[in-house]
Amino acid sequence: MTAPATTVTPPTATTALLAASGLHKTYGSTAALAGADLSVRAGEVVAVMGPSGSGKSTLLHCLAGIVPPDSGTVHYRQQEMSSMSDAERSALRRRDFGFVFQFGQLVPELTCTENVALPLRLAGAKRRAAEERATHWLERLEVEDVRHHRPGQISGGQGQRVAIARALVGDPSVIFADEPTGALDSLNGERVMDLLTDSAKESRTAVVLVTHEARVAAYSDREIVVRDGSARDMAALA
Amino acid sequence: MSISHTLLGLLEAGPRHGYDLKRAFDERFGHDRQLHYGQVYSTMSRLLKNGLVEVDGVEAGGGPERKRYAITDAGVTDVQTWLTTPEKPEPYLQSTLYTKVVLAMLTGRDAGELLDTQRAEHLRLMRDLTRRKKGGDLADQLICDHALFHLEADLRWLETAGSRLEKLAKEVLA
Repeated sequence: MTAPATTVTPPTATTALLAASGLHKTYGSTAALAGADLSVRAGEVVAVMGPSGSGKSTLLHCLAGIVPPDSGTVHYRQQEMSSMSDAERSALRRRDFGFVFQFGQLVPELTCTENVALPLRLAGAKRRAAEERATHWLERLEVEDVRHHRPGQISGGQGQRVAIARALVGDPSVIFADEPTGALDSLNGERVMDLLTDSAKESRTAVVLVTHEARVAAYSDREIVVRDGSARDMAALA
Repeated sequence: MSISHTLLGLLEAGPRHGYDLKRAFDERFGHDRQLHYGQVYSTMSRLLKNGLVEVDGVEAGGGPERKRYAITDAGVTDVQTWLTTPEKPEPYLQSTLYTKVVLAMLTGRDAGELLDTQRAEHLRLMRDLTRRKKGGDLADQLICDHALFHLEADLRWLETAGSRLEKLAKEVLA
């Protein structure tokens, strides 16, 4: 089976929305990152692949400002993240970033609508406006029928769609997704990836997608492979 | 894919002219590669010789005579056997890649780079198939799924091979 070749080159320093350079991070005597570079442009889906323990989740945490690197820099919209205060970084994460994890991310006591509305409520939105917006995203992710359910009452696939709705509700510039289909079967995983990447493209939201599954990475525009703490942009080889 | 079995299977639904057979094949199975007329006629003459099809009628027209083919009982049995026998899982790429990796090592080239380049190529094809699947009908989706799962298996092999390069190099260069 043949297919047309597609090559997407990495962004330059000036066109990147998010750019990491020379990241080092050590936990005890283990070097999780050893000089990793990565850049992402607006609206782009970038897969971060690599074997277990290669440092891909650490890279995601550094990019999202959750964990500070020991050395190296992360620039978001040309601004160095280490120059921000903790409060500024937290505000940035709430305002500009969305997160999707493998599981266990929804608040069990809240309904799906309340879960999706939560980031807007934390940002000061009125309840009714926040829930209207949440309902819109639940519809977009095709899970409006479980809006009154609590996370314990819905399937894993529905839970991931609700989590994606919550990640997108605040209109973020970047979504960080760490193994978002890791707990799902093939068809559910595929549907989640279709909805995540379609919604992100429509909203010009970039996605940094950590995955060890090639079929999930195939939804990306470009892939980075992390090995032994170093990140290699595979577009350079294509 | 066995072209002769596919054409026989199409004939089982009813007799057809060579041209109709080609058109039916291309419509249903020719997504990636359409049949040449020559392939249809050479396959038909082989099937005729083997008694799996027969000439059901000949039409004389302005041009050359048009033969209409029908499947024989032996042909139906052949299709049945083909459809009910599982395909042998063919190891098709790894032997070539293994040869290339070993040759790279023997000639002092970077075998890891070779595997990475192959990996990028695999993922590029997977990306194109994923895109094609999104815009396609159910038949497209199933065909692409099959290719994607196979490419994924190859990729896992490439990754495992990559993590065993050091060990392999010791053996190859010993």
